[in-house]
Amino acid sequence: MSLLEIRNLSVTFDTASGPFRAVDGVDVSVDAREILSIVGESGSGKSVSMLALMGLLPDTATVTADVMRFDGQDLKTMSKRAKRSIIGREVAMIFQEPMSSLNPCFTVEFQISEMLRKHTDLDRSARRKRAIELMEAVGIPSPEKRLGTFPHQLSGGMSQRVMIAMATSCRPKLLIADEPTTALDVTIQAQILDLLKELCADNNMALVLITHDMGVVAQMADRVQVQYAGQKVEEQNVNPLFADPHHPYTAALLSALPERATARGHLPSIRGVVPGQFDRPPGCLFEPRCSFAVASCRRGAKRQGADLGHALCNRPLINGVPADEKVEA
Amino acid sequence: MLRFLLQKLGLLIPTFIGVSIIAFAFIRLLPGDPITLLAGERGVSAERYEQLQATYGFDKPIVVQYFDYLGNILQGDFGTSIVTKRPVLEEFMTLFPATLELSICAIILATAIGIPAGIFAAVRRGSFFDQSIMGVALVGYSMPIFWWGLLLIILFSGILQWTPVSGRISLLYFFQPVTGFMLIDSLLSGQAGAFKSAVSHLILPTVVLATIPLAVIARQTRSAMLEVLSEDYVRTARSKGLAPMRVIGLHALRNALIPVVTTIGLQVGVLLAGAILTETIFSWPGIGKWMVDSVFKRDYSVVQGGLLLIAGMIMLVNLVVDLVYGLINPRIRR
Repeated sequence: MSLLEIRNLSVTFDTASGPFRAVDGVDVSVDAREILSIVGESGSGKSVSMLALMGLLPDTATVTADVMRFDGQDLKTMSKRAKRSIIGREVAMIFQEPMSSLNPCFTVEFQISEMLRKHTDLDRSARRKRAIELMEAVGIPSPEKRLGTFPHQLSGGMSQRVMIAMATSCRPKLLIADEPTTALDVTIQAQILDLLKELCADNNMALVLITHDMGVVAQMADRVQVQYAGQKVEEQNVNPLFADPHHPYTAALLSALPERATARGHLPSIRGVVPGQFDRPPGCLFEPRCSFAVASCRRGAKRQGADLGHALCNRPLINGVPADEKVEA
Repeated sequence: MLRFLLQKLGLLIPTFIGVSIIAFAFIRLLPGDPITLLAGERGVSAERYEQLQATYGFDKPIVVQYFDYLGNILQGDFGTSIVTKRPVLEEFMTLFPATLELSICAIILATAIGIPAGIFAAVRRGSFFDQSIMGVALVGYSMPIFWWGLLLIILFSGILQWTPVSGRISLLYFFQPVTGFMLIDSLLSGQAGAFKSAVSHLILPTVVLATIPLAVIARQTRSAMLEVLSEDYVRTARSKGLAPMRVIGLHALRNALIPVVTTIGLQVGVLLAGAILTETIFSWPGIGKWMVDSVFKRDYSVVQGGLLLIAGMIMLVNLVVDLVYGLINPRIRR
């Protein structure tokens, strides 16, 4: 049984101009100790689906799901209070902007030990000791001296390390990292990613890594879930996905990687943008930007089987060619 | 920290000089002078008039008068009242506790209601509660203080007869002032009912004086809270599984308080200005009423000395606010 299982998750925001569906029938499942990467452009609903799981969305959001289960516990029927005892302790989250994610008014020690105070029975001195341990584990030099520092005295990389120390303080079974390195320097990015991987292995922790960076996916993930405009369009293990993407969107994302571009010529890009609230296509949401689209795509897209990466596509690609063309050939 | 303090203190010098010039000049811009006003309807002979002018030094050139005044102040001499012949500083020290008592009660009331109301309005943004609070705050902010005071007197002192109309304590009680604060002195006197009387005299003036600061603090708290509630660190606090009370009351409020403390500090100036009206309405024997009376009598030395002392108090409060600001906002601490 998987550690986290979400089925048919939808999130709708009440906006001034009517309802906006940010997440549309997404399934997510994560096994224990697994690293799942959720990939997609801005606006593909990858952060929103995880924020919905954590219960961190504003009141204007309506969350519905058929199944939302964590470690055998049904999150859907659980009281808010009971859910708060899981959030932070068993599922923790780190965010994109480490500098603004720490509270500027409190010291590092306060913010780390607050988590321990909420979820453990440790006394004051034990919490301090554990905070030092945690800071050491995330690679903060001379942690005793850093306990009393305020967030504005830390660099972005250090702030993210503090966030990670905080998030892992109760040894969660699942850590959700929402674009943890987007705001950081490239050299720091690699360090933070290595740290996350190491912590997963040491603590038997599963990781959901939300990113738009295929390079990060290749380095980190066991399994990849590609999202587009609030829908899951493909899901595969990392190696097969890079070797043979089945959804045209995944294929386009991969071919837009600078590493894959040919020495001469343009870096391919995906023309157009993710559809917004008012220009949602009637059929397949990727159809207007898809170079393989046919007339039937305007009426809807079919979910393919596991052998084709659960691709939400009428013409899933096999080795870069739509499957139906191959049949004809 | 010491450097911060010295910097702030250094800034007080030009402010002080500016206030002294304004205080000195403004009372002299008013038509009439203390001598003619003191003489009353029967007037005074031209000879005697000049003699009195010379006594008070009003015959000297205006610039010389100013520097005399400034020189005296630097020696700690704030002048002597032309009307009562008592030193201005002494009168100030006698009357200031009354104003201070009223102001402290008002700021406590304004803060104790304004901050929770602002928080609540922000958390329930757009709700009926939010809109009612902000509506009431707008009315409170826009209402003329003297009119509001009179309304309350008519209702609570006139119709309902719950509270006394004016003064600090019932005439039935008499005791020597120890601290100058009626609430404390009445307790110290040990006379039965004295404290109750002092409290009942304090209620209406406090409500009237607190009205504007209360409205301002509630609005400022609401807008600061709204800003803070959408910050990333509030989301982080919620992601820890903390109860909403702790997220709002600690993580968000601590940050929202930074601008609110500044506002409260600025309100102290408004409070002293409001005290002039409130004290006049309720015949509260404080510095506000003292200033108004002195302006009517053209008591030059009281107005120019008193204004400077009041300005000094406001500057002192602002200094304290700056220090508190440093305590609650680690980003400006050294």
